[in-house]
Amino acid sequence: MFQVRIHGRGGQGVVTAAEILSVAAFSEGRHAQAFPSFGSERMGAPVVSFCRMDDRPIRTREPVMEADAIIVQDVTLIHQVDLFAGLLPEGYVLVNTSRSFDELGLGDLFGQFHRDHLVTCPASELALEQLGRPLSNAALLGAFAALTREITLDAIDTAVRDRFAGALGERNVAAATAAYRFVTLAEEQVRAATD
Amino acid sequence: MLRQIEGSRAVAETVAHCRPEVVCAYPISPQTHIIEAVGAMVKAGTLSPCEFVNVESEFAAMSVAIGASAAGARSYTATSSQGLLFMIEAVYNAAGLGLPIVMTLANRAIGAPINIWNDHSDAMAVRDSGWIQLFAETNQEAADLHVQAFRLAEELSVPVMVCMDGFILTHAFEGLDVPEQSDVDAFLPPYEPRQVLDPDDPVSIGAMVGPEAFEEVRYLAHLRQLDALARIPALAAEFSEAFGRQSGGLVSPYRTEDAETIVVALGSVLGTIKDAVDVRRDAGDRVGVVGITSFRPFPRDAVREALSGARRIVVVEKAFSIGFGGVLSTDVAMATHDADCSLRTVVAGLGGRAITRRSLEELLAAASRDELDTLTFLDLDHGIIERERARMTATRRSGPSAENILRDLGTVASRIG
Amino acid sequence: MTTQPVRFYQVGSFAVGNRLLPDDDRTVQSDPTRSNSLDSGHRACQGCGEALGARYAIDAAMRASQGQLVAVNATGCLEVFSTPYPETSWRIPWLHSVFGNAPAVATGVAAAMKVKGRSDVRVIGQAGDGGTVDIGFGCLSGMFERNDDVLFICYDNEAYMNTGVQRSGATPPAARTATTEAVGPEPGNTFGQGKDLPRLAMAHDIPYVATATVADLRDLEAKVERAMGQRGARYLHILVPCPLGWGSAPGDTIKVARLAKETGLFPVFEAENGTVTAVSPIRHRTPVEAYLSIQRRYAHLFGENPRPDIVARIQAIADRNIATYGLLVDDESDNHDPKDPEGVTA
Repeated sequence: MFQVRIHGRGGQGVVTAAEILSVAAFSEGRHAQAFPSFGSERMGAPVVSFCRMDDRPIRTREPVMEADAIIVQDVTLIHQVDLFAGLLPEGYVLVNTSRSFDELGLGDLFGQFHRDHLVTCPASELALEQLGRPLSNAALLGAFAALTREITLDAIDTAVRDRFAGALGERNVAAATAAYRFVTLAEEQVRAATD
Repeated sequence: MLRQIEGSRAVAETVAHCRPEVVCAYPISPQTHIIEAVGAMVKAGTLSPCEFVNVESEFAAMSVAIGASAAGARSYTATSSQGLLFMIEAVYNAAGLGLPIVMTLANRAIGAPINIWNDHSDAMAVRDSGWIQLFAETNQEAADLHVQAFRLAEELSVPVMVCMDGFILTHAFEGLDVPEQSDVDAFLPPYEPRQVLDPDDPVSIGAMVGPEAFEEVRYLAHLRQLDALARIPALAAEFSEAFGRQSGGLVSPYRTEDAETIVVALGSVLGTIKDAVDVRRDAGDRVGVVGITSFRPFPRDAVREALSGARRIVVVEKAFSIGFGGVLSTDVAMATHDADCSLRTVVAGLGGRAITRRSLEELLAAASRDELDTLTFLDLDHGIIERERARMTATRRSGPSAENILRDLGTVASRIG
Repeated sequence: MTTQPVRFYQVGSFAVGNRLLPDDDRTVQSDPTRSNSLDSGHRACQGCGEALGARYAIDAAMRASQGQLVAVNATGCLEVFSTPYPETSWRIPWLHSVFGNAPAVATGVAAAMKVKGRSDVRVIGQAGDGGTVDIGFGCLSGMFERNDDVLFICYDNEAYMNTGVQRSGATPPAARTATTEAVGPEPGNTFGQGKDLPRLAMAHDIPYVATATVADLRDLEAKVERAMGQRGARYLHILVPCPLGWGSAPGDTIKVARLAKETGLFPVFEAENGTVTAVSPIRHRTPVEAYLSIQRRYAHLFGENPRPDIVARIQAIADRNIATYGLLVDDESDNHDPKDPEGVTA
């Protein structure tokens, strides 16, 4: 089972991101579960969503306590919420930012997790270019696909188009693709640097 | 056809396939996605003929359903928590009148303090009302139970509520098979009322009944619920035959054949419990779990049989009777009172507190070592309790406990589980 | 205004004998083939205004709907006395749910009829003042707001009678009830409270609102017929004196109802889509004392320690109603009976 936790704020599409990811996994023939941990409709409140993917049926309903990947959609949550609680040693971190981990004060992650499992991606900026609005969720899913290789970009694109009709879907796919390329490039550079 | 969709969406589509004629509901989290989806289908004409009534309260919702059902229309509504309490007079009225209304109860805690997350206190508040209460473990079962619910309700002239955990199931995306229209039509014939408001054959429905006959009327309702004990498994079998999967029934045991310790629970937590059972089994503990699907009527015999052979029963429940103890536990204790086993109550998940596999594993391990107290509150923060009690002892004007505790905890939503 | 102008001299009253009218102008009650929707044998008190009002209204509705009618009844006197276990005096399909939900239940019945293609079957919701003005108000307002196809009838006896005469939102000022006793410096119900349901109904802009009393059968039947000739949310508020709760003589019920109108305390009018369209004028303007003094619920205003100040305040309410609704016609000369200048005898 691969367990993902996404952190963001209300209105950023955190819940939608988990749902799209689950639909993507489903389209690849896997079992998938996505659900939120949030409450009343309120823009700006901290929101967490979860997605599990497995080749076997998923029975558990608990929040993702042991995460294989954590996506941080809103960096203002850093130091406010225990974002990385339960991240497994082999786990991945994807942060939506144009800054570096050090600049965010997250430099100590490098000591705990694999260097090439930690990546930042300016998903909001990429979304702004493609969508005209900084709605980063689709882009982050593309970045996630590149980082973890747990899901294909194709599956993400299919799920994104399923959720967003017409031109909106295409623009979100473009954002996901751009982020995918960004992270692929970043990963190559990291591996090149550590080889 | 298998689809990855939201639980609420699956329930809405399934309910629509049951061809309700009057749908009425009042918004309340976390049921809203269901009723919005049904409303959209009516507005678009995909669910037709159907009258969708936007009512002014939950009390009105159940009342509209009562009027519609008494006039011979298949009626449906949905609610949770506070909404259920607001309509409670009408809930009892519907059962007393023998109207086959089907309602989705998206289980949510009852305030104060106000809390929109899942627990079973709402269902427990109406367990004596005469409604049949079925609990879904998964979204697939939640959808399937609605099809069975309409059949059951209309056969017996008893209203049925399908309970599904709010947010945990209603707002979860998972793969499932929404029952097709043609299959539902084959399973669920049109509503043929036992009593109906018809100018060509006038009857008075809802007359006063005095001491001379009230007990008899109540007893008849009791007998109808006992009839349900036989119909529920039969319908589940028929459903399985028609749709090719197991949904519903009275109880569902898992790895209980040689179990020494058996957990009993309702609803979605059964999935997490099964994972915990597997881990404990690997560690050598002989544990199993029994899920109760039909909570009312309470399947005493089926429960006793499923638990026979166990030395220890651990009831994990999302409700409790303040000042006493478990609610489900009391029913289970009644069913097993002459069995030679211990019964432990674990209250868990109140107000949406996450029930983790880890905590369950520790619980099961402790149970197997006979180290469980009679009543345990899972993952209770005793520090918070002690501080608040100290506060209340120190000063009379100690303020609302809820606010004091929240100040203690810090920012809401800073915890994951 | 739906009126039947008749000049009638011999009897010395305003009662109109049906036998002198053509068949079409006769009342429903005079018709031996009427439905008797609320049949005899019910357990109402002697002189019960509500039993009278319900019989008048429902029989008229049955004629107007060619017998295709369903009634939804709130808890209250009417429900209790009409269905004493194991009997029912209703000859029509009838449903009682709970106290506060009659309007919503009626909405449900109407929705069912519509979805089944039986919109020819008309729906009436009915309740006392408690079930309409207080506990039923939320549901009533919802039904009005949605313009559901229901005629809602309030039988207003101005208190919770079935439970022992307690004050409701329709109880008039100074009236004695069990929860507004005639003691203290301000005996009886408090001034400045209460809901004017007909005006609240009008505020919802529903197609038809009307008030009536059991003193004028023709007027009541005509209003029911008019209401039944329309679709959507309609409201009829009928004043029904309660001998027990009002402390009036059982034989005075119709007289008391007439006096309520003739004093101006109970304006009789019709309204459509939020505007008053017709008024039933006062025949003989009568001071409120004539009305108050024959009801023991107002006895504390007279007798040993009279309260003319309170009577004056009540008179002021009547005067204001007369002005607001234009209840006086300019020329009253045709309506005078020389033997009964005050027009008080029934």
